Amino acid sequence: MKIENAMKRRQFLKGTLGVASLIALAGCDNLTQSSWFPGVLNKAETLTDLVQRAITPANALAKEYTDSDVSAVFPANGNTDPGTADYAAHVETDFAKWQVEVVGLVQTPMSWTLPALKELPSRTQITRHDCVEGWSAIGKWSGVPLGDLMHHVQPLPNAKYAVFHCADVDDEGMAYYESMAIQDCYHPQTILAYELNGKPLDISHGAPVRLRFERQLGYKQAKYVVKIELVETLGGIGQGRGGYWEDQGYEWYAGI
Amino acid sequence: MTPTLHTDPAVTEPMPVMSAPPPADQPSTAPRETAAGQRPSEERIYRHRLPVRIGHWLNVVWLFILIMSGLQIFNAHPALYWGDRSDRDQPLLSIRATKSDDGQVKGITTILGHPFDTTGVLGYSNHSIRAFPAWATVPSAKWLAMGRQWHLFFAWLFVINGLFFAAYAFISRHIARDLVPTGRDLKGIGKAVKDHLVLRHPKGEEAKRYNVLQKLAYMGVLFGLAPLIVLTGLTMSPTIDTAFPWLLSLFGGRQSARTIHFIACFSFVGFILVHVSQVILTGFFNNIRSMVTGWCVVKYEGVRHEN
Repeated sequence: MKIENAMKRRQFLKGTLGVASLIALAGCDNLTQSSWFPGVLNKAETLTDLVQRAITPANALAKEYTDSDVSAVFPANGNTDPGTADYAAHVETDFAKWQVEVVGLVQTPMSWTLPALKELPSRTQITRHDCVEGWSAIGKWSGVPLGDLMHHVQPLPNAKYAVFHCADVDDEGMAYYESMAIQDCYHPQTILAYELNGKPLDISHGAPVRLRFERQLGYKQAKYVVKIELVETLGGIGQGRGGYWEDQGYEWYAGI
Repeated sequence: MTPTLHTDPAVTEPMPVMSAPPPADQPSTAPRETAAGQRPSEERIYRHRLPVRIGHWLNVVWLFILIMSGLQIFNAHPALYWGDRSDRDQPLLSIRATKSDDGQVKGITTILGHPFDTTGVLGYSNHSIRAFPAWATVPSAKWLAMGRQWHLFFAWLFVINGLFFAAYAFISRHIARDLVPTGRDLKGIGKAVKDHLVLRHPKGEEAKRYNVLQKLAYMGVLFGLAPLIVLTGLTMSPTIDTAFPWLLSLFGGRQSARTIHFIACFSFVGFILVHVSQVILTGFFNNIRSMVTGWCVVKYEGVRHEN
């Protein structure tokens, strides 16, 4: 009698726990699909952005590694070849005519060819690339500090964001773009890189020029950069969330 | 179900002297020696105060979501490494799917170079190539962006709840009084382990307070595991690493931190399994009631109970 009761009780408990967890899981999926709940979840991004900026000194540097730390293989993610006729023509000419424009809310819009960029003072840094998927790779990047370009073009006071327009387009015709807060353009490690591990960038890693924004995740590191546009608001660009991946639900603030 | 609960004399008799929680600085027993000096067979005691109960149940929700959304994030790159970089040929652990020559897909979990066939649960489940199965992740579909939204939202709630609890537990002396093992506790640890192994649980006076294994487990989770999982989580943030570079040194690199985060997660899972089984073994309804209402019943030796 006692054993029977105990068994019944155990079955009941197992059943209850099983049903409870199924309901909870289904509940989570329902909330995910609801119109309002993802908006609530997304409030955390604003909080994280505010708190992390408040506790991180503006010019605190990301850890720089040594040559021996460099990854043997630096994986290339996302688009690994823009694949357009225009881009192929640039590949033919070794990107000699590639131009990076800086436009929008600036005193003096300017543009630099790749050779002109390479003549500006450069910075080399061995840093860790953290992909949103969870892996990390270490590479040695050389390029022009973005802050130097900003000093040339003189952003207007109402410029809040720098938007990076890229030459790569995905299978559905969506152009890659990214954006960062204007103050992050002046971080010493924010560079337009043209070299990886001592060699000109290869196509899969964003040739000829890509962004390195060392304090945020990999999807912010726009490749194949052709235009930097300073704007007051991100609305009206792409789907308005500030980047190719952001438009697909990833956070604009990618510091974590 | 269990009629015992309702025919229990101590429960059906009118509420005893202590119908309200005792003042905060008073511990929780209701001394009920009868006039004849005889012990009652059982006694109601006020065990868990309101802040502890609220914190506990909120944590049940946070942890459930954090673990499952964490597994969703893990699924985006189902491998763990040591150090600062991910050398893909040298993972400590990986959960992948392989296709054999005859076209059969298998889930293979490799730990320190040793492969295990985990088809059906890890690597390949329900006709889908994914490290952890759909029933273990939030959301259930493969969706990294949404998993991150859940995880990074509830991580805040977990931290805020934890800080409130820690502050309360220090100020109310819950830690000093109920959680820190005494010297006597520690001396009895061998016996406690033996008793637990044969599922002999404290009764009577001994059951009014946490036993030494409980104390060590709760202290370990509250002040070891919980801070560890938060700090290793933060070490994965590139911005936090620039603000607090010592975190990278402390955990041996970002990928090590990720590995420790994963181990800490499964330590939580292990704790929860043991915790819940103890809750069931030592009187499920009494225990649940005490964590819901604060009140539980302590039984004395020598009195038989149908249970």
